Amino acid sequence: MPNMSLKKVPMPEQDPQVRNRNFSEVALGYTEEMAIEEAQRCLNCKHRPCMSGCPVNVRIPEFITLIAAGEFEKAYEKIYETNSLPAICGRVCPQETQCEQQCVRGIKGEPVAIGRLERFAADWYMKHITKPVVKSPRNGKKVAVIGSGPAGLTCAGDLAKMGYDVTVFEAFHKAGGVLVYGIPEFRLPKDLVQREIDALKALGVEIRTNMVIGKTLNVDELFEEGYEAVFIGSGAGLPMFMGIPGENLNGVYSANEFLTRINLMKAYKFPEADTPVFRGRNVAVVGGGNVAMDAARSAKRLGADNVYIVYRRSEAEMPARLEEVHHAKEEGIIFKLLTNPTRILGDEKGWVRGMECVEMALGEPDASGRRRPVPKEGSEHVLEVDTVIIAIGTSPNPLIRSTTTGLETNKKGCIVVDENTCQTSREGVFAGGDAVTGSATVILAMGAGKKAAKAIDEYIRAKAQS
Amino acid sequence: MYRILRKEILNPQVKLLEIEAPYVARKAEPGQFIILRVHDEGERIPLTIADYDREKGSVTIIFQEVGATTRLLGSLEAGDAIADFCGPLGVASHFEGVKKAAVIGGGLGTAIAYPQAKKLFGLGVEVDVIIGFRNKDLIILEQEMAKVSNRLFVTTDDGSNGTRGFVSDILKQRIEEGAQYDVVIAIGPPIMMKVVCDVTRPYGIKTIVSLNPVMIDGTGMCGGCRVTVGGETKFACVDGPDFDGHLVDFDELIRRLSIYREDERISLERHACRLGGVLNA
Ligand SMILES: Cc1cc2nc3c(=O)[nH]c(=O)nc-3n(C[C@H](O)[C@H](O)[C@H](O)COP(=O)(O)OP(=O)(O)OC[C@H]3O[C@@H](n4cnc5c(N)ncnc54)[C@H](O)[C@@H]3O)c2cc1C
Ligand SMILES: Cc1cc2nc3c(=O)[nH]c(=O)nc-3n(C[C@H](O)[C@H](O)[C@H](O)COP(=O)(O)OP(=O)(O)OC[C@H]3O[C@@H](n4cnc5c(N)ncnc54)[C@H](O)[C@@H]3O)c2cc1C
Ligand code: SF4
Ligand code: SF4
Ligand code: FES
Repeated sequence: MPNMSLKKVPMPEQDPQVRNRNFSEVALGYTEEMAIEEAQRCLNCKHRPCMSGCPVNVRIPEFITLIAAGEFEKAYEKIYETNSLPAICGRVCPQETQCEQQCVRGIKGEPVAIGRLERFAADWYMKHITKPVVKSPRNGKKVAVIGSGPAGLTCAGDLAKMGYDVTVFEAFHKAGGVLVYGIPEFRLPKDLVQREIDALKALGVEIRTNMVIGKTLNVDELFEEGYEAVFIGSGAGLPMFMGIPGENLNGVYSANEFLTRINLMKAYKFPEADTPVFRGRNVAVVGGGNVAMDAARSAKRLGADNVYIVYRRSEAEMPARLEEVHHAKEEGIIFKLLTNPTRILGDEKGWVRGMECVEMALGEPDASGRRRPVPKEGSEHVLEVDTVIIAIGTSPNPLIRSTTTGLETNKKGCIVVDENTCQTSREGVFAGGDAVTGSATVILAMGAGKKAAKAIDEYIRAKAQS
Repeated sequence: MYRILRKEILNPQVKLLEIEAPYVARKAEPGQFIILRVHDEGERIPLTIADYDREKGSVTIIFQEVGATTRLLGSLEAGDAIADFCGPLGVASHFEGVKKAAVIGGGLGTAIAYPQAKKLFGLGVEVDVIIGFRNKDLIILEQEMAKVSNRLFVTTDDGSNGTRGFVSDILKQRIEEGAQYDVVIAIGPPIMMKVVCDVTRPYGIKTIVSLNPVMIDGTGMCGGCRVTVGGETKFACVDGPDFDGHLVDFDELIRRLSIYREDERISLERHACRLGGVLNA
C-alpha cells in the first residue's frame, strides 16, 4: 500500500539562522527510514512520466522501488547505469522543472522527492560500500578532454570505461569546473566532488591541471601529440558586466570572481587560506539566477548585515531554482524585485557607497516570452551598499575558439555541434556542455558528455576500419 | 609539482628562481606571465616570465618579496618544488617595424622589462635601457641589461650610485638630446609608468606599459583584473598585460591595487609567525 501523503517527507536542514553564518551543507539528507517512507509515495507508474523529464533517463520507478524495499546498494547501481554523478545531481538538479515536474503525484500535492531519494542512495552507497574499481582493458587509443566540469568528467569516465586512455586538460589547479569554483560548499560539499574525481582517476583517467588550452597547448597540438579525438567541455566562464557607470569601483565583483575566491580559493577561511575576499556589510547582488542566489547566500555567510537581490523582473520570471529562492529568503536575503541598477556610486576613495536603481514595470512579452521590464520614470532611488556583485550571466570564453582553426561558433560564441553526436565543424573535435549551450545545468552538461563519448567511440572505430 | 632548478639572490628583496616547466617553456614569449601557487592552500599570484630555456624546459621568474606569498616563495631553495605553475598567459609583446626603442624599468619592473629588451636587441633594434632604483643596494640585472642594450643608464633616487634622478628624467633628457624612439616600453610601479607616459605624450612617442592588477585565474573568467584603457574595460590577463600607456587610466589601476591592503597585512603577519626565522633572516 503506497504512502498517500500529499507532502514529501521533509528533509532535515540546518536552522536558517545558524546556517547563514556557516558554510556547511544546508540540507542534511534523509535517514534510511525517511527514504523508505518517501519511496513508498511512488506509484511505480507503468508509463513512467517522470523518466521523460530526466535528461539522462534515470530509471526512476525502478530505483525508487529498490529504496522502498531497503535495497539501497541496488538502488544506487540502478541510478548509476545512466547517471555517473548521482550524489551531485541529487543535490543540484532543478528537479522541479525536470523529473519531478512530470511526476503524477504532483498533480494533487507534491511530487515524489526524486532528487532527495537519488541523493540518499548515492550518499548511502558512498558511506557503506567500497568496491575495487575494475579498470577496463586498454584499447591503446588516446582521447583528450578539455575542461573538467561535469561535461568533461562524464565524457572522460565513459571513454575510460570503454578502454580509452583519456587525458583531461584543466586550466585551473583543481578539477571540477563550476562544481568546485562556482557552486558553494553549503549546497555541494567539495569532498563529494573530489570523490567523484578520485573515482575517475581510479578508472585510469589522467587529469592534467594548469593546462590552459589555447595558451599552454592548442587543439592542433593535441592531435600532434597522438590524441585521436578531442572533446571540448570548457564551459561558459566569461562574466558579463552591465556597462553602467561605476562598475570598476573597489567593491564591485563579478559573481565568478566572488564565488571563485570563496569556493576554489577558500577565502571564507581567510587568513588560514591565503586568498582574501572583501567582506561587505551591505551587499547588492544583481541578477535572479542560481548564481545570484549563491553569491547572496555566500555574502550573508561572510557576515554581511544586509544582502539584497536586485532583479529587474518579478519573482515569477526568476530563473533560479525555487528551492534556492526559498532557502535564500529563509536566510534573510532581501529581494528587491522589479528593480534595475542604473549606476554605482563611489566615495572619494573610489569604494562603492551605493547603487542607484530604478523601479520597473512589466510590459509586453519579449523574444524570450517573458514580459519585458520597462523603467518607471522618476523612480530613481539609491540602495546604500558597500559591495555590488554582478550575476547577470556568462558566455563561453573565446580562448579556444580563437586558437582553433575550422571551429564554427555562433554569434554568442557558443560552439556549433551536431545535436545527435556533439560533433563540431572540425573533424575529430567534439564539444558539449555550457561551451555549446551557454550557461545551462549540470545534468545537461553530463548528458552531452555521455553522448559525445559514444560518438567519439564510433568515430575512432570507423576511422580504424577505413 | 614543479621543481626549482636554480635560485639566485639579486638583492635582499629580489630573488630569481629557475623552474622546471617544459610546457610553459615551449610556448613562452616576452611579455607573457605565469600564475603560480606555492602550496595547496596558497594564493594564485601572477609573475612575469623573465626568461625561458626551451631545450632545458625551464622558465625563470624574478620577484620582489612584498607580501606573504612572495616571501614564502623566496624562502624556497633549489630542489624544492611548488604546487602549481600555469602559463604562458597574456598576449606576447609585438615589435614589428621598431628600429629604435627605449626600455625603461623602475625597480623590480626591470625584471619584467628584461625579456622585452632582450627580444628587441635580438631583433637588431637599437635599444636604450634606462633603469632606476631607490638606492644602489637595490640595483638588479645591471650586467644582464648591459648585454642587451646599446646604451644603459642606471639611476637612483638618492644618487647613491653616482647618478641621481628618476628614469623619467633621463628619458626626457634623451628625447631632448634628439634620440628618435619608435617606441618606449615602460615597466614599473603604476605611478612611474604614468609619469613616463606624461613625458612621451607631447612628443607623440608610442609608449607601451605592462599592467599589474590583482589577478586570480589569468584566463578571463573573473574580471578581477579589469582596467580601463581608452575608456573601455579590458581584462589585463587576456587583453594585456601590455597596453598603450597613453590610453590607460592609471589612477583607477592604483586605486584597485589597494583593495586587499588590509588583508595583505594580516596575511603577512600570519606568515611571519609561521616562517619566523626565515623572514627575520
Ligand atoms: C554559481 C553557479 C551555480 C549553479 N547552480 C546550478 C544548479 O544548482 N544546478 C544546475 O544544474 N546547474 C547549476 N549551475 C550551472 C552548471 O554548473 C553548469 O551548467 C555546468 O557546470 C556546466 O558544465 P560544463 O562541464 O559544461 O562546464 P564547467 O562546469 O564550466 O567546466 C568547464 C571547465 O573547463 C575549464 N576550462 C575552460 N577553458 C579552458 C581551457 N581553455 N583550457 C582548459 N580548461 C578550460 C574550466 O576551468 C572548467 O573547469 C550553476 C552555475 C554556477 C556558476
Ligand atoms: C601580469 C603581472 C605580472 C607580474 N610580474 C611580476 C614579476 O615579474 N615580479 C614581481 O615581483 N611581481 C610581479 N607582479 C606582481 C606580483 O604578482 C605581486 O607582487 C604578488 O602577487 C604579491 O603577492 P604577495 O602575497 O607576496 O603580496 P600581497 O601582500 O598579497 O600583496 C602585495 C602587493 O601585490 C599586489 N597583489 C596581491 N595579490 C595579487 C595578485 N593575485 N595579482 C596581482 N597582484 C597582486 C597587491 O596589490 C599589493 O600591492 C606581477 C603582477 C601581474 C599582474
Ligand atoms: S538526474 Fe536529475 S533530472 Fe534525472 S532523475 Fe536525477 S534529479 Fe531527476
Ligand atoms: S511519476 Fe512519480 S509516482 Fe509515477 S513512477 Fe515516477 S516518481 Fe513514481
Ligand atoms: S585574472 Fe580573472 S579575468 Fe583576468
